[in-house]
Amino acid sequence: MRGLRQASNSPDGRGLVSLYQLQKFLYALNRDEASKRRCRDNIHELLNDFDLSDEERTALIEGDIGLLYVLGVNGQILMHFAAFLGIEWFDYLELMRQGIRKHGPVRAGVYAMTGGGERFTAEERAR
Amino acid sequence: MSLVYVGVLSHAPGITGRADLVKNVAVRNEFYEKLDQQRQEIETAKPDALVVVAAEHFANFFMSNMPAFCIGIGAQHTGPIEDPQWLKIPATTVPGHADLGRRLCTEIMQSVDLAYAEEWKLDHGIMVPLHFLTPRYDLPVIPVNINCQGPPLTPLHRAWAFGQALKRACAAVPERVAVVGTGGISHWPATPDSGKINAKWDLEFLHRLGRADKKALLSYTDEATYREGGQGAFEIRTYIAAAAAAGGPLRLQFYTEKLPIFAVGCTVGRFDIR
Repeated sequence: MRGLRQASNSPDGRGLVSLYQLQKFLYALNRDEASKRRCRDNIHELLNDFDLSDEERTALIEGDIGLLYVLGVNGQILMHFAAFLGIEWFDYLELMRQGIRKHGPVRAGVYAMTGGGERFTAEERAR
Repeated sequence: MSLVYVGVLSHAPGITGRADLVKNVAVRNEFYEKLDQQRQEIETAKPDALVVVAAEHFANFFMSNMPAFCIGIGAQHTGPIEDPQWLKIPATTVPGHADLGRRLCTEIMQSVDLAYAEEWKLDHGIMVPLHFLTPRYDLPVIPVNINCQGPPLTPLHRAWAFGQALKRACAAVPERVAVVGTGGISHWPATPDSGKINAKWDLEFLHRLGRADKKALLSYTDEATYREGGQGAFEIRTYIAAAAAAGGPLRLQFYTEKLPIFAVGCTVGRFDIR
């Protein structure tokens, strides 16, 4: 079961190391006001503190929620980054769905798609 | 017996943060009424402190150092870590109970390897319950986290052992202690499947709690839990710990899957203490 095995997107486990760094960046950002200020001022400089792949760096710089989800970022970390970017809740959910359509299934981490990214709430369908 | 109340309730940021988006207002209000009833029951029990057994959401710990269990023994705690406007709970300081927390920790450590923290940041997993159960933030709170989020997860039988150890620790102190376990049952929070709820699976789990059926409660595998209940269902550990602390069956006071905007089935219940 891929989620519990913390599936890696690379045979040598590089994906796991990188996902750890990616999530660590977001974890630090979510809970530290100084990091948030640094991120707003110069995200490129802040990212230098972390060992990230080019794809991950680009996803963070561009605020690509869909790709970050596909790369395996835990939603309990990712939803705060979305809020930091001013992304509304339903848009956050839709951006993850778009990411799956564009990039394919979640590549690493605890998540695997189990419901196809459908809309489940009447409130959301009514929008 | 210093354990004066044990219960369970759901938590999710939507319960407060997206309350105004609910279409099913009557059910939402009934849920809120049951939470207020739980507040009254806790107050009637006259506890000196409330132990909140919750699930780690990366508020205090990361995969750099993830404890299976941790207890907050600081004099106070701050929260929420989330944007207060998003969660719709103002930033606040919640009183802790450093002395009692330290004694509970010391006793629990006799049988369970428990981490402790003198600094604790409260996220929605605890702030949402406190918003309803101690809205004036005038009851000392001792937070506990179980790793329900980042595999390798705390085994279910260890969550049970923790609950039993908590019960023994409470019996060893003169203070009156209330305990709530808070988590979701099935849910897929903060993912594209947010709002999905497997009510059948939830009710089966609640029936097992209602029978105080330890064997059945500990028989879930993580693989089956993930398949049927999503990653959020790993939080059943908090309910299982509460069940072990109480020792008696759960009396279910409320359950609904009809508030999916909250992204969790909504549960309120109280255990018999035996």
